[in-house]
Amino acid sequence: MTFLTLTGIQKQFGQTYAVHDFNLSAEKGEFVSFLGPSGCGKTTTLRMIAGFEQPTAGTISIGGNDITNRPPNRRNIGMVFQSYALFPNMTVADNIGFGLRVRKRPKDQIRKRVDELLGLINLPDKGGRYPYQLSGGQQQRVALARALAVEPEVLLLDEPLSALDAKIRVALRKEIRAIQRQFGITTVYVTHDQEEALSLSDRVVVMSEGRIEQIGAPPEIYNFPATPFVASFVGTLNLLQATVVEGEAARLSIDGQEIRGARPGTGSGQRVTVALRPEAVELGETGGSNRLRGLVEDVSFLGSIVRTRVRIGDETLSFDQFNDPSMTTSAIGETITVSFSPEATLVLEGRASADAAIEQAIAES
Amino acid sequence: MSRPPGVADAIESIAAARDAKPAAKPRRRAGSLVWWIVFLIGFLYFFVPLLGTFVFSMRSDPLFSAYAVVVDDPQFAGTLFFSFLIGIITIIASSILIVPTAFWVRLRLPRLRPYIEFITLLPFVIPPIILVFGLLRSYSGDPFPLAGTDFGSNVLLVAAYVVLSFPYMYRAVDTGLRAIDVRSLTEASQSLGASWFTLMVRVIFPNLRVSLLSGAFLTLAIVVGEYTIATFLARPAFGPYISLLGGNKAYEPAAVSLISFGLTWIAMGLLTLIGRQSKQKIQIAGAH
Repeated sequence: MTFLTLTGIQKQFGQTYAVHDFNLSAEKGEFVSFLGPSGCGKTTTLRMIAGFEQPTAGTISIGGNDITNRPPNRRNIGMVFQSYALFPNMTVADNIGFGLRVRKRPKDQIRKRVDELLGLINLPDKGGRYPYQLSGGQQQRVALARALAVEPEVLLLDEPLSALDAKIRVALRKEIRAIQRQFGITTVYVTHDQEEALSLSDRVVVMSEGRIEQIGAPPEIYNFPATPFVASFVGTLNLLQATVVEGEAARLSIDGQEIRGARPGTGSGQRVTVALRPEAVELGETGGSNRLRGLVEDVSFLGSIVRTRVRIGDETLSFDQFNDPSMTTSAIGETITVSFSPEATLVLEGRASADAAIEQAIAES
Repeated sequence: MSRPPGVADAIESIAAARDAKPAAKPRRRAGSLVWWIVFLIGFLYFFVPLLGTFVFSMRSDPLFSAYAVVVDDPQFAGTLFFSFLIGIITIIASSILIVPTAFWVRLRLPRLRPYIEFITLLPFVIPPIILVFGLLRSYSGDPFPLAGTDFGSNVLLVAAYVVLSFPYMYRAVDTGLRAIDVRSLTEASQSLGASWFTLMVRVIFPNLRVSLLSGAFLTLAIVVGEYTIATFLARPAFGPYISLLGGNKAYEPAAVSLISFGLTWIAMGLLTLIGRQSKQKIQIAGAH
């Protein structure tokens, strides 16, 4: 049963569209992420659900009620902000209890609920502190508890982890997900971090320039990107210029070396772009029937993986090896062979669109 | 004395000093001698008149008798009380007017900010005499014959002082709003179900406490020393009292000036004290 529905949402600022024809139905208890570079309209869409922005066209409904024209304080929505937005003049307990006090609940009931939530966010003895006495991660947990205290129908999170350190970010996102599951609360999560979106969500909405590029479960988004933009924005992607040798047999050529694509195409001689994930490529000849020879240009140690960049004619290709103390890494300048299966290749039509997508992704990351 | 120029800048520098990290110790260099000289000149410029006033007030016989006369005069306490009361009412009225205005301008109408700022600075450009004549002209007859009664005149006095307080209050509040994340706090409280009124009372006003105090003390200092408007509205205020005293007595006005000066300083001291106490709170509010 769909719970949160956005139908034909549009937001226009003057002549420009911040959001264009946005349609989404989320199930009750579903965790949906909006993923995209800054300026793609993801935050604007979230703010329209919260009621801070009014859509130019379209309707938003929660649990079957049209809330498009309802003011934000009457929507029963929980919101978590990137800047925490805790009330600096109130203690942690007063912050968490704010929504309940606004609703004029009895005092002992508020205290009980606040204690319960302080336990939930693992800060049981911090109720009397002021926000400035807490670390960023603790402040954001308080903000989450404050949003949940009023038992909202929908929880909205606007880049909640962007201001935190990498380690706390990972720990806190697990906590957010666990609490969200426990409450079974329908959640919309805005982020520009693809790892966050992929690891947290039931479904990811990838957005670019105010439009939805793709909606799907994380593996679907990662493995079967619908557009060149999604392919380049989600994950690291090698994009290699290739020439079609024989479309019907899926034969392609990169720098004169022939490979096979996953699916047959048509024609011959036209330029196409081959997209290839770094983890799909192996050193040596064991990775699949496609082979490419090239010159090692760079080897970078990234901790759990080692990424090697190979030059093949005018193209460069990166591939990953899991770090293993006994492994042999290639030397720069060495000529090596890499291999990958035909199924790992994704052929994208045209050259310009993929380039533009990449350029945009790089410019905004 | 009623309106030292550059006080609005002083508010900002007070606020800036409050927010600033402690400056590094200045190193001893050849140039520091120049700074000492500058400091000395400033010090003399400021303190010689005060000292002169004090010495003059001491000429009365016996010593301190001028102060005794002043303190014994029931008019002294009466006018001072009246002026402080009017000052407090002015501060309350001005806060209720300025805080929502500055808040709204910052949240929704940032493009209007320069214009609002200009309007709030008008009291520096328009002399109080013009203001009070305008008020008397407009409110002496129908439909608002306020100037005819004591109560009406008090209302006009407060109204005029609210206008005079604009530059100080608006700047102080605006600086305070800059230190908190107004938009996020507004949206957070709205998403939790708060109305605009709840937002103002529970979130915005409490977070502007220090800024409001700095504006409030300056307003108080001005109102207590104000002469022109109080005289023309025939109010029993402190400013006209000093002037009256000055016309009739020799040493007492000097004593009164010093006493009022001292009171103003106590107010400023309180401001610094309160500002220092809640320093951390204010800073964290702006943290992202």
